[in-house]
Amino acid sequence: MNDGRVSLNFCLNGAPRQARLRPMARLSETLREDFGCTGVKVGCDAGDCGACTVLLNGRQVCACLVPTARIDGALVVSAEGMMANGFLSRIQQAFLRHGAVQCGACIPGMLAAAADIAAAFENPTRQQVRDGLGGVLCRCTGYRKIVEAVVDAGRDPSAIDCPEGPAIGARLPRRDAVAKLDGSAQFGADGIPADALWLRAVRSPHMAAAFTIGDLTPLFDRHPGLVKVLTAADVPGSKLYGVYPDMKDQPVFAMDEVRFRGEVILALVGERETLEAISDAELPIVYEVGEPIIGLDAALAPGARRIHAGKPGNVLIAAELRKGDGDVALCAHAAAGKWRTSYVEHAYIEPEAGFAQRQGDRLEIHVTTQSPYLDRDEVALIMGLAPDRVRIVPTVCGGGFGGKLDLSVQHLLAVAAWSLDRPVACVFDRPESMTATTKRHPARIEARFGCDEDGRLRAMEMTADFDTGAYASWGPTVAGRVPVHGGGPYYWPAVSIDARAVLSNGPSCGAFRGFGVPQVALAHEALMDDLAERLGMDALEFRHKNALRAGDRTATGQLLTASAGLDQCLDALRPTWKQAQIEVGLHNEGGPVRRLGVGLGCMWYGCGNTGMSNPSTVRVSLSADGRITLFNGAVDIGQGSDTIMVQICADALGLAVDAIEQVTGDTDLTPDAGKTSASRQTYVTGKATELAALDLRQKILRLSNAPADAQITLSQGSLMVGETEVALSRLDTGDGDMVLVGEGVFDPPATALDQKGQGEPYGTYAFAAQMAVVEVDMELGTTKVLRIVAAHDVGRAINPTLIEGQIEGGIAQGLGLALMEEFLPGRTENLHDYLIPTVGDMPEIEVILVEDPDPNGPSGAKGVGEPGLVPTAPAILAAIKSAAGVRMREVPATPARLRAAILAKASKASKAGAAA
Amino acid sequence: MASYLRPTELSHALSALAAQDLTVLAGATDYYPAQVGRRSDHDILDLSTIKDLSGITSTEDYWRIGAMTTWRDLMDAELPSCFDGLKAAARQIGGMQIQNTATIAGNLCNASPAADGVPPLLSLDARVELADRWGSRELALADFIQGNRRTALEQGQLLTAILVPKALEAGRSGFIKLGARSYLVISIVMVAGLVLLDARGKVRRANLSVGACSEIAQRLPALEADLLGRTLSDLPVDLVGPAHFAHLSPLDDHRGTAAYRLDAAATLIKRLLGELRP
Repeated sequence: MNDGRVSLNFCLNGAPRQARLRPMARLSETLREDFGCTGVKVGCDAGDCGACTVLLNGRQVCACLVPTARIDGALVVSAEGMMANGFLSRIQQAFLRHGAVQCGACIPGMLAAAADIAAAFENPTRQQVRDGLGGVLCRCTGYRKIVEAVVDAGRDPSAIDCPEGPAIGARLPRRDAVAKLDGSAQFGADGIPADALWLRAVRSPHMAAAFTIGDLTPLFDRHPGLVKVLTAADVPGSKLYGVYPDMKDQPVFAMDEVRFRGEVILALVGERETLEAISDAELPIVYEVGEPIIGLDAALAPGARRIHAGKPGNVLIAAELRKGDGDVALCAHAAAGKWRTSYVEHAYIEPEAGFAQRQGDRLEIHVTTQSPYLDRDEVALIMGLAPDRVRIVPTVCGGGFGGKLDLSVQHLLAVAAWSLDRPVACVFDRPESMTATTKRHPARIEARFGCDEDGRLRAMEMTADFDTGAYASWGPTVAGRVPVHGGGPYYWPAVSIDARAVLSNGPSCGAFRGFGVPQVALAHEALMDDLAERLGMDALEFRHKNALRAGDRTATGQLLTASAGLDQCLDALRPTWKQAQIEVGLHNEGGPVRRLGVGLGCMWYGCGNTGMSNPSTVRVSLSADGRITLFNGAVDIGQGSDTIMVQICADALGLAVDAIEQVTGDTDLTPDAGKTSASRQTYVTGKATELAALDLRQKILRLSNAPADAQITLSQGSLMVGETEVALSRLDTGDGDMVLVGEGVFDPPATALDQKGQGEPYGTYAFAAQMAVVEVDMELGTTKVLRIVAAHDVGRAINPTLIEGQIEGGIAQGLGLALMEEFLPGRTENLHDYLIPTVGDMPEIEVILVEDPDPNGPSGAKGVGEPGLVPTAPAILAAIKSAAGVRMREVPATPARLRAAILAKASKASKAGAAA
Repeated sequence: MASYLRPTELSHALSALAAQDLTVLAGATDYYPAQVGRRSDHDILDLSTIKDLSGITSTEDYWRIGAMTTWRDLMDAELPSCFDGLKAAARQIGGMQIQNTATIAGNLCNASPAADGVPPLLSLDARVELADRWGSRELALADFIQGNRRTALEQGQLLTAILVPKALEAGRSGFIKLGARSYLVISIVMVAGLVLLDARGKVRRANLSVGACSEIAQRLPALEADLLGRTLSDLPVDLVGPAHFAHLSPLDDHRGTAAYRLDAAATLIKRLLGELRP
């Protein structure tokens, strides 16, 4: 039999195997497809991310780089094989205990690397652990809890029980952690039916071009496994889409013209092997390449070609904010500057993936997503179907950070599966994920701040332009958020801010953790430092003096009535800040080559959508057999909403978390809980959960006329209220087997902003202050972040471990933004040219939780998804200024850029010296 | 249907290679990354089961590093001090997964300008052993790598071993890598060096190399000459100067500017000389 396969004998996860396999298939592919080990995650197929790390003869290897033939005679262990006798291994238990799991996409690889370390060292040091984990990227956790788990894995595993008492405030382990640790969690690429056809999008290699598609017949003749080629003509409904109802500007398939590198021209549908064998070069697409408009200067130049006919001057949207009268020029002290930032890639470890299938007259899409309801409505529009004929079933989501709020595979799969009436699957490879999807907006910011002699802020001005790329995506959200937040978390009598989202031939920029606020925070924090320096005031005290407090009105005129804890965050930082300044000063005496610096960054962040309704609805049911089910439409993208909602639900009902079953984020089964974005799920869906649970509790109490504080207990199907058993079987079952349903709806109190940007755009704001200590190598321009202390006002910490995880992960992304991340179309479309922080780049992190409760949030809680990222880069840049004496206004502050700034300053100083 | 050969005898591999054009796999860590998103149908010659191709052995004149020796094998081997620089490079190549899989010979044959293995091996005056079905020959590493992804390897030839002269065994050696992050990073610049000192501690041989600053990693002959007879702990502060790097031609790219690379190379060389002090 010459099918190219070879007969191999090996041991997989403890079981001897003999199989005929393709010798050159990547081991990752073989393990997933021939042996069902979908715990082996594919993040890059290039050895850059380590997600597919397995043990080969006890040593960690990237399964994507191992020819399958090489497992002959070998022992192979993947996450599926790490349980011992049905129990989690010590390492897995340590990951659970330490809250080391978030989205879970890196976890199987991390476990394999950790097992390698554990075999080599009985009690590994942190450095040995970092060396061992250095080849596995994580984008969620900031690595800290993973390192602690591996260091601690040698310890006797203690059973993890739910602690007694209230669930809110307890460090409960994640509901989804075990499935993510044993490899059974099904991500976007993991549950694809065996009979599915595959879809491959063919994308423009040019940033701007006209094109024509020639005769496709020869392509079908050459490739019998090719079933269909989809183009714009195959789209049954709207050929354009976009997340904003009034900005549907992006074609499902390009029509005659492409506006960015990576735009979809057509889609090939067929057998997987066939699609992989078709090269782009053999497709009859003829391009007439145009001159692309790259960057803000080119896009805004007078007479620049319009990217979209209806958008003169290439301005997608402009927003302004005017408050009070004031003039920076008339202030006693003023500071000004210009900043530039780069494209930043989300780089979640799980690339976009999913499959669609037709179910009669309905369409069902299983996909990794942050926004199932939005996906449903967008797909319905594109398909010309009513929204209730589309079902989105979110898979486990391997990280999102805003990048999985837009359609990726959904609409393409919908068109294919509907027209072919067969399941169709698509999995992006890493270059496609990086080329096709949205980025963080590059920004150009100019700002001036002024204060009086006493150090009171008086007036500020800012203009901020954001390169939003070829299509609208979430660009308008950035333009909306930036004016509100541009002045920072401080009280200003007079504010003038103009923000624009500008179209270009760059990649579409959309949502990315912070929606433009991380960019403007670079400006407002640097200017706060400059003013403090001019005043001769301590940078922390200057911020404390001007911090927004309850009773103040914000730049939009909103009266903050409660839960504005920036001053408390700064109070918490003050002792550390003072001590760090002394230590830094002592270290730097004598001008060593490696200099220390310390800096601060503060932020505030409105939770929820800006100035618009964004309700969540949650239901909690009681069934006839005594089961409580939480119908939670929030998608857990790693941040922990599957756990948080159960904690809130449990306390509101007066039951233990174990009593609560959960159905999450399926548009057929759960009510709409909106998107997982804008730091809104804990605050908005959390409140809806609390209301739903209280509603159910009320209904239960009413059955037995029990007082409000009556104890409810559930055991073995019987419901007791106080001492009285409620006979559930006698109640009517309404929907299914539910006898009682509680419902909660919460929409944050917010009003639309007027023409001058005035109004009440958010129901609540999170506040934070962070301190960074860095070491700058003056000769090489390298920066090592040594320490971050992060004080966050979270309202109420529902689960402190999960909150720390959010903050630590946000810090890692902020560090990347500050020092290394720069997406260049056509240049850095992989994870070895585009750098995100590894375990070795992470500083010591200390998280301080300040709890200034919000009157509307569940138990007072606010959002924390974005706040960890926002102040990190400003604090690091301030610390670089403190160490090296140079203010970096362009990020990332790469070694080359920082060294150039250090040399320029030295040269200026020596010229000044010579002149004197 | 693409063919896949995995011989156990070197002679079989060489015969096959003489008969047809085959893609040779050592660690495969550079092969697969070049195949992302496509189904490769190369005819493959996999060297992983050939006897006597891995491991480090010593002869009278040479240390011999077999072509299939991985970076991990090198790190775990007990070797004289002249290999300290190469071992330091090994610890900074990729992550541990790559170190466990990738081979030193593969790093040379891939001939990336940023190959971390090249500068330390240049400083070791390494030679490569090239074999074909008719015999084998040796070539200096400096002559083997001919450009970006170009080597002197001819049709039908395999690189079977790397040879390091024992004359350098007692040398003190080091390696410094500069990248924009920790772990898993392509070097912006890297330097390697080896010095032999006489009984009075004076430099009698200095082999210094810089990588990622030219199409091919380069030795620094002018600086090597200027160091002869000097004491490393007492070098003039201005000894290392721009002229020593004049033959380099670094690129401007997203990892760093050409000017930065030259500046950093000088800094790293000075630091390396400091590290090599007894």
